Amino acid sequence: MKPTKRDYSLLGRDAAAAVERGLASAAWYHTDVPRKTMKELMQRRDGPAMRDTAIWLGAMAVLAAGVIWLWPSAWAIPPLLAYGVLYGSASDSRWHECGHGTAFKTRWMNDVVYHIASFMIMRNPVEWRWSHARHHTDTIIVGRDPEIVAMRPPDLARILLNLFGIVDAWVAMKAMVLNVLGILTEEEKSFIPESEQPKVIRVARVWLAIYAATVALALLLGSILPLMLVGLPRLYGAWHHVMTGVLQHAGLAENVLDHRLNSRTVYMNPISRFIYWNMNYHVEHHMFPMVPYHALPQLHELIRHDLPAADTGIWQAYRAAWPALKRQLRHEDWFIKRELPATAKPYRPEFYGDVEPVMGAAA
Amino acid sequence: MSDWVDACAIDDIEEEDLIRFDHGGRTFAIYRSADDAFFCTDGLCTHEQVHLADGLVMDHIIECPKHNGQFDYRTGKALRAPVCEDLATHPVKVENGRVLVRIG
Repeated sequence: MKPTKRDYSLLGRDAAAAVERGLASAAWYHTDVPRKTMKELMQRRDGPAMRDTAIWLGAMAVLAAGVIWLWPSAWAIPPLLAYGVLYGSASDSRWHECGHGTAFKTRWMNDVVYHIASFMIMRNPVEWRWSHARHHTDTIIVGRDPEIVAMRPPDLARILLNLFGIVDAWVAMKAMVLNVLGILTEEEKSFIPESEQPKVIRVARVWLAIYAATVALALLLGSILPLMLVGLPRLYGAWHHVMTGVLQHAGLAENVLDHRLNSRTVYMNPISRFIYWNMNYHVEHHMFPMVPYHALPQLHELIRHDLPAADTGIWQAYRAAWPALKRQLRHEDWFIKRELPATAKPYRPEFYGDVEPVMGAAA
Repeated sequence: MSDWVDACAIDDIEEEDLIRFDHGGRTFAIYRSADDAFFCTDGLCTHEQVHLADGLVMDHIIECPKHNGQFDYRTGKALRAPVCEDLATHPVKVENGRVLVRIG
């Protein structure tokens, strides 16, 4: 592997450096919001997520029935593609929101949907709960955040392959097999408490049993259809969650303590927002992770005066992000410096210095 | 034997809410439940030492503002990952409209 100036491993040089520099488990910037208002925004409700989950799983059931009915004709392809996005992409945001415990008011509802979505997106629900907690503690801190999608220099081939889930699913399957055998990697052990580690193994064994049953059914029927509905949608339906997920942080600052500088809010169409469960309001989500997805548009309106201007669409956001990623292939210190409004307060600017972009550098 | 410490007036805390209270180099969270009872716990989440004062009170649960870990603030019991370790609690009494905490 080509050596880089950054060491993103959780047990490596930059992990220790982040701790030494005070970037680990640090206090982050928050826009001032009156306590009373924030309490209203944080209130949990079951209604919106029950409605959205009924639409999500109901649509999947109808589409799956259509696929089974039309299979193997070409007419099965449109419902299959739609089913795939609901399976391989909408599961990403359901995993995320229910993992935070904010989607529903009722705890068991969060937990049930969390486990279903975790299976679909192929993320061990125990392991990834801890991984995501670390992502919120140390967002885009090199050596601390285990969920950095676009490292520097960015692995564009990996990102493009993941539009079809290829790398992620392969990594997930390898991890599942190791976990089935009772093995956790040293990195996993670094962020999963010892008391939780047996649960990782139990889940992996249940999943393996489900996949084995699906393969057995496919062999029995002499058809790939069961796998097209369970497992493979993680590949052919992944593109939407990768398309939206890459925009969360790619090309922006690393090693800062201000989500306004390392996260991106993008206005999106209603269908993408349904699939993504409003995670396009990503600065807001990181700044106030207790605010449920359905209240994020209100939160955005409340604090937008203190945030960099939101990107006006997916295409517009990629018009800035994609050239930045390509530029980082050759100039890995370069990044998009988000401009704060003139009235906004900078926060911990001492951490801006070492990553000041070389704005004049040739792309 | 530790003394009772005057922490705040009862009206300083809204129903179903909490405030931060610092004393003797330590930090605490004082809660007022919907049925007008008062409770006190350590102020910092046992997961990553984030202060609970910005968290959300729901029924008898306090949810950490950073990672959504939950505790029963009456007992300090950890209820939801990523918190695994219980929160220390401290006795509380109300006298003459003031909330008093006994800090061990």
